[in-house]
Amino acid sequence: MTRKLLTFSLLLSAFMLGFANPTFASDSEEDKTSFIMHHVVDSHEWHFATIGQTHVTLPLPVIVYSADRGLEFFKSSDFQNHDTHKFGKEYAHEGYFIDDHDRLGRVDGASFIELSITKNVVMMFIVMFLVAYLALSAANYYKKNGAVAPKGAAAILEPIVIFVRDEIAQKSIGPKYKKFVPYLITLFLFVWFGNLLGLLPGAANLTGNIAVTMVLAVLTFIITNVNGNKEYWKHVFMTPGVPPLMLLIIVPVEIIGLFTKPFALMVRLFVAITAGHIVILGFIALAFIFESITIGVVSTVMVTFINIIELLVATIQAYVFTLFSAMYIGSAVAEHAHDDHH
Amino acid sequence: MDLINPGSGLIFWQLFGFLGLLFILIKFAWKPMLAALEERESSIQNALKAAESARNEMANLKADNEKLLAEARLERDVILKKAQEASVKMIEEAKNEASKVAALQIENAKAVIETEKKAALTEVKNQVAILTLEVTEKLLRRNLTDEKAQKALVDEFIKDIKLN
Repeated sequence: MTRKLLTFSLLLSAFMLGFANPTFASDSEEDKTSFIMHHVVDSHEWHFATIGQTHVTLPLPVIVYSADRGLEFFKSSDFQNHDTHKFGKEYAHEGYFIDDHDRLGRVDGASFIELSITKNVVMMFIVMFLVAYLALSAANYYKKNGAVAPKGAAAILEPIVIFVRDEIAQKSIGPKYKKFVPYLITLFLFVWFGNLLGLLPGAANLTGNIAVTMVLAVLTFIITNVNGNKEYWKHVFMTPGVPPLMLLIIVPVEIIGLFTKPFALMVRLFVAITAGHIVILGFIALAFIFESITIGVVSTVMVTFINIIELLVATIQAYVFTLFSAMYIGSAVAEHAHDDHH
Repeated sequence: MDLINPGSGLIFWQLFGFLGLLFILIKFAWKPMLAALEERESSIQNALKAAESARNEMANLKADNEKLLAEARLERDVILKKAQEASVKMIEEAKNEASKVAALQIENAKAVIETEKKAALTEVKNQVAILTLEVTEKLLRRNLTDEKAQKALVDEFIKDIKLN
């Protein structure tokens, strides 16, 4: 087993050194590691590989709304050098440009809202399509066959659905859990698929993007507070068992607490996934920094190892995100008074 | 793009994309699926309950059967015992009856035989008397001197008696 793994790693590292060298074999250390951040953050184009001087990329739509010019559509390739595929202020197109940090800007400096289909948006659509396809074919199976033993997509999804329903929703929310099960299942599947697909080579770091985790956390925040019952709000504004004077301190803390919960959700997923990607890419970068085959072998072994851990992290983070969402919702709809909350 | 600065485009698409996904999946996937799961779970629960009650019923039936069987066995034993007793009694009675009847019959037979014997003896006596009388009468009537003739005559008479 170990020997097989080593052989495989050696082959892989030789392969990677072979064809990735031209991209990263530049002189400064900065250039050798810049691909890490480039991979981790969102981008206006989807860059798959560079073979020699040829860039294999997928140009993506750039959509901009501005008060004075309305809705405008461009291609990301409009804003770059056709040979080097580099963005820059000098390649401005119809008043807009994408700078060398892949940020959209307007030449005259006026305000605008960007609604581009970036790499992560495409990735999001892929994840959503997969989740929807799986879920709909599973539902179709039940529609066709009635309540029988599952097969195919239903057999894949059913344990997950039952796990989310029984282990996450029912245990964390309590008797009113049924209403929130569909949201939690969708959340779990989206985050899980996003995490897993993000580990594929060339894929976008979707769930490690703060905009994505922010939207999900905000949705949980809205669901939590819209469903908050009398006791939940009483707990926030008239915390039981606290002397009136102390309320002056406790109430602001409680109000801040309302927002720290989704903030923690947002940051946890973003950091866990992004850090994993950075670690993997960092080990790959070692080979280019040291320009040594030995380091390449070692780092590839490490990359394989961390990739396996990342598979675990992908699942755990999806579980944790769903679990904490369920717990926040559970704290808002719980009937019994819980004074031991603090 | 920035690492910790959320892009407006991604926020927009993520928000509406996720809400759309949520809407479609709730309507077309999770509702039918969760309903089917619940239905199946309740049907399994019912089946288990039915099996449990069937098992209990079976056990009850078995106990009943055993009870019935034991009762039947007891009854059979009683009946057999009674039958045996009755048969023994009947045999005894029959024996007694038979010996009684036999004794009576023997008695009767003895009496009849005695009567018959007496009658026969009387008859024989009567016959002897009659014969004696007849022989004497004939002897007297013939009045014979000849010894030879007398003897022949006696023989003839005796022959007659035999024919009778």
